[in-house]
Amino acid sequence: MISEYKSIKEVAGPLMVVEGVENAAYGELVHIKTSSGKEKMGQVLETAKGFSVVQVFEGTGGIDTKGTSVRFTGETVTIGASMDMLGRIFNGRGVPIDNGPAIIPEKKMDINGAAINPRRRDMPLDFIQTGISTIDGMNTLVRGQKLPIFSGAGLPHNLLAAQIARQAKTTKGGENFAIVFAAMGITNEEALFFKKEFERTGALSNVVMLLNMANDPAIERIITPRIALTIAEFLAYEKGMHILVIMTDMTNYCEALREIAAAREEVPGRRGYPGYMYTDLANLYERAGRIVGREGSVTQLPILTMPDDDITHPIADLTGYITEGQIVLSRGLHRKGIYPPVNPLPSLSRLMKNGIGAGKTRADHSDVSNQLYAAYAQGIEVRELVAVVGEESLGELDKLYIEFAKQFEEKFIQQGYDEERSIEETLALAWELLSMLPEKELKRIRSEYIEKYHPNKVKGKSKVAAEGEMRGYVEDIDVLGADLVSLGGIKKKKKTEV
Amino acid sequence: MAKIAKISGPVVVADEMKGSRMFDMVRVGEESLIGEIIQLKGSRAVIQVYEDTTGVRPGEKVVATGMPLSIQLGPGLISSIFDGIARPLGTIAEQSGDFISRGINVPSLDQKKKWEFKPSAKVGDSVSPGQVIGTVKESSVITTRITAPPAIGGKVTSIKEGKFTVNDTIATIGKEKVKMSQEWPVRIGRPYAEKFFPDVPLITGQRVLDTFFPIAKGGTAAIPGPFGSGKTITQHQLAKWSDADIVVYVGCGERGNEMTEVLDEFPKLKDPKTGKPLMERTVLIANTSNMPVAAREASVYTGITIAEYYRDQGYDVALMADSTSRWAEAMREISSRLEEMPGEEGYPAYLASKLAAFYERAGRVKTLGGRTGSVSVIGAVSPPGGDFSEPVTQNTLRITKVFWALDSSLAYRRHFPAINWLTSYSLYEGHLEKYFNDNVSPEFVALKKKCMGLLQKEAELKEIVQLVGPDALPPEERLVLDTTKSIREDFLQQNAFHDVDSYCPLEKQFGMLSTILHFHHEAEKALAKGAKIDDITRLPVKEKIARMKYDKEFAKGKKELEREIERQIASAVKEVEE
Repeated sequence: MISEYKSIKEVAGPLMVVEGVENAAYGELVHIKTSSGKEKMGQVLETAKGFSVVQVFEGTGGIDTKGTSVRFTGETVTIGASMDMLGRIFNGRGVPIDNGPAIIPEKKMDINGAAINPRRRDMPLDFIQTGISTIDGMNTLVRGQKLPIFSGAGLPHNLLAAQIARQAKTTKGGENFAIVFAAMGITNEEALFFKKEFERTGALSNVVMLLNMANDPAIERIITPRIALTIAEFLAYEKGMHILVIMTDMTNYCEALREIAAAREEVPGRRGYPGYMYTDLANLYERAGRIVGREGSVTQLPILTMPDDDITHPIADLTGYITEGQIVLSRGLHRKGIYPPVNPLPSLSRLMKNGIGAGKTRADHSDVSNQLYAAYAQGIEVRELVAVVGEESLGELDKLYIEFAKQFEEKFIQQGYDEERSIEETLALAWELLSMLPEKELKRIRSEYIEKYHPNKVKGKSKVAAEGEMRGYVEDIDVLGADLVSLGGIKKKKKTEV
Repeated sequence: MAKIAKISGPVVVADEMKGSRMFDMVRVGEESLIGEIIQLKGSRAVIQVYEDTTGVRPGEKVVATGMPLSIQLGPGLISSIFDGIARPLGTIAEQSGDFISRGINVPSLDQKKKWEFKPSAKVGDSVSPGQVIGTVKESSVITTRITAPPAIGGKVTSIKEGKFTVNDTIATIGKEKVKMSQEWPVRIGRPYAEKFFPDVPLITGQRVLDTFFPIAKGGTAAIPGPFGSGKTITQHQLAKWSDADIVVYVGCGERGNEMTEVLDEFPKLKDPKTGKPLMERTVLIANTSNMPVAAREASVYTGITIAEYYRDQGYDVALMADSTSRWAEAMREISSRLEEMPGEEGYPAYLASKLAAFYERAGRVKTLGGRTGSVSVIGAVSPPGGDFSEPVTQNTLRITKVFWALDSSLAYRRHFPAINWLTSYSLYEGHLEKYFNDNVSPEFVALKKKCMGLLQKEAELKEIVQLVGPDALPPEERLVLDTTKSIREDFLQQNAFHDVDSYCPLEKQFGMLSTILHFHHEAEKALAKGAKIDDITRLPVKEKIARMKYDKEFAKGKKELEREIERQIASAVKEVEE
């Protein structure tokens, strides 16, 4: 049922109202041809007998109310997905922009997807080693998870995302792995950085890039992540691949959402964002997962920049309520020159417990991680106290905690952009740091693991180590066995899988 | 014939609907999507549709069913997982595959399965509405008691024994045919004879909850907290370990993977009371955040109707709703599509009354049939930005009697459950005192008051420490800080993933707390005799206290531990005397 109209009554912001339309379908795809012959694409947002409200993805520039024609296609917005999309670059609407041949679709898919039946979901269980200590050790990523990076303007979230994309692998190894990269409103420079990175590491042939740049119409951003996820689902569930979807920057996506809501004169929710933003974001994020009996998986790594580093801002807030945790970057750590500036305290991976432990990483992983959290939090608390009362009035134990927090930031959080640590290295590092503290303080760790992994208990370990700088603090506490000197020389790991 | 006039997301306007009633179910469009009438204007009806409306066109037909949104209640609910409008997700998967498609019309119960019905009433017996007439063994744990429907009573004129489907007639009462199943509209609370005062605790095995902020059977509790503070884990812990007979877990607008986790984990976990898999007493409702928003609005009603059905059989039911904020947001979304005048933060003006009406369906009651049953409701709230002043949290707190305040600063330190002991409260404490006196120990109430007093004192002392440092405090106050640290770390913190610590029986809770306080009292005495506070806080027995929670055989070693505390403290005194 294809019908054409020239009866545009009203154009406002990204929306136009077409009159005389009898029965356009809700969500129907619309082709628009302006008087000057320019073609545009749109989607029906509201439909009634006699009129339709259409949002125009390329922006409404050039549309007039006299000569522009509107064609209702009778179908919803779809994309023809294909294996050939790997290694190609598209614009935000899924049109190739790399001068390569047209894509021959294997399967036409609705970009809105459908909800996975919870009954048919498979638990995400496979540990993904990112080679980054703060993530692997304390906020483990697992296959089929959605784990966003909460960042701020000027923080190195792109570097971190690129490093994860390069280093991510499972301990099983050797599977079909690919990346779908969706850019929403990012600058040309940033897009170029990712492209260069993928080229440098030879990953480009395994990447689908969708680029909606900062100067592209904002409204186009509404469909970019949907197309990306549809391609990801195709590759994962039809072709059995393990897909990592990087979506940057979700903040720009939400702003486009707000723009449409404002143009429709909807009742705004918090800070002008529409009340249905939770549902809308959930429709994207929930497309991560695994399905029983199917090989592949979709893992999501959305990136968002929190306006004014405010984690309670609606975008970060709603995202955090939907995703399975978050990696929070800290300006304070960044200022200290620590890369990656992941602040472990507000960071979280909800699926961590499924991906770690005996047989996956190591039996003591969970306890060690909890202990690191608690000890670092304690260190930070004491550090704040020092600012008020001065270091002199602290007890010995408190001084140890301050030193722990310092070493933790410099040795554990800090690592190179090209440095890849295996999970064993990460855990060894954690034990070395924890052994700075008296054993009595390691309440989160089961005694059997202390017996097995504590550097003091492990035979052949030197006990002399960090005497020099620490002597002042320890005096009568004799548990200090940290072989801190040896931590500097962490080797680089073997080549990446991607 | 009724036709669609306008579509805007989940809201559809239909013409020529005269004669339809408010809240009647309708079938919308060629695909027969399920919807419900929520507004009538002349012959025009506004319908909220429980399924995605993409592709639906104006002019398509609308069929009225003449029935409100209802659910078929009967044997077969236990161990099932339903969507927001009580369609079993397993059956949907059989019909539409891995993804949920639209227009699927399946009843909540298996229509073909035959259940073994054992009558308990005889021909000639006189039964009143709600009275039990027979039983069906539904799972290894739950025996469904088949009752006379709420409106039907009289002489039993026939009753059969044997295997029947839920739609077969198993008895006639007076002239009415009675089936094993009943249809019930979800938005209407099921009737009961009278409500009791809640004076029996719902034991959860969670120390901070049972000891300090207990909830009664038939009570209501709210758990508000920012993301990452452990709402869902707390809800899961309650679903796992609370001593209700049946647990109804409503995943309302939450994560798909979390529901899968429950599906995955519950069949493997054993109920501490019966030793049977937890799934055999659990009903799940899953409307994940990407499932249609209107069905989310309905999901909490579906859940509580199922809960009431088992309450009417004389069971204690606990309902967990995670999260009621998503439910409220669904109301907001529908309301804004209706262009209603918004109240606070865009929520509809009727938010407070809807929340109140929902929580009021909780309670410990005498059923129509004369048994005692209860529905306890525990609602998670997800306040934006962790700001408790927002409308959903505030309106919930006005109704619920227990407030478990989750605190992100505790969560950052991995103090779990991250329930803030200073801001949380339970209004049932007074009513439950007698129970604790009779069943745990007459000292229990005094003990917890003492501990709470110490924790309050700690909060005050911490302010001073902020200014002058801990060493400037007198030894008695430093002892208080040491004891409260022990209460916090060794008692309040509980590891949900530790096989022993995950569930802590009430007796052990009491034992642990009295051990910690025993140390405190002995230390106080020692300080008076001149012992040094540093020597006391460093005693090796403290480590044993810290590991009490992981000790399976705690009760056995308790006396010995207390002797050890006394010995070590005495030696600290001796050291000074020498």
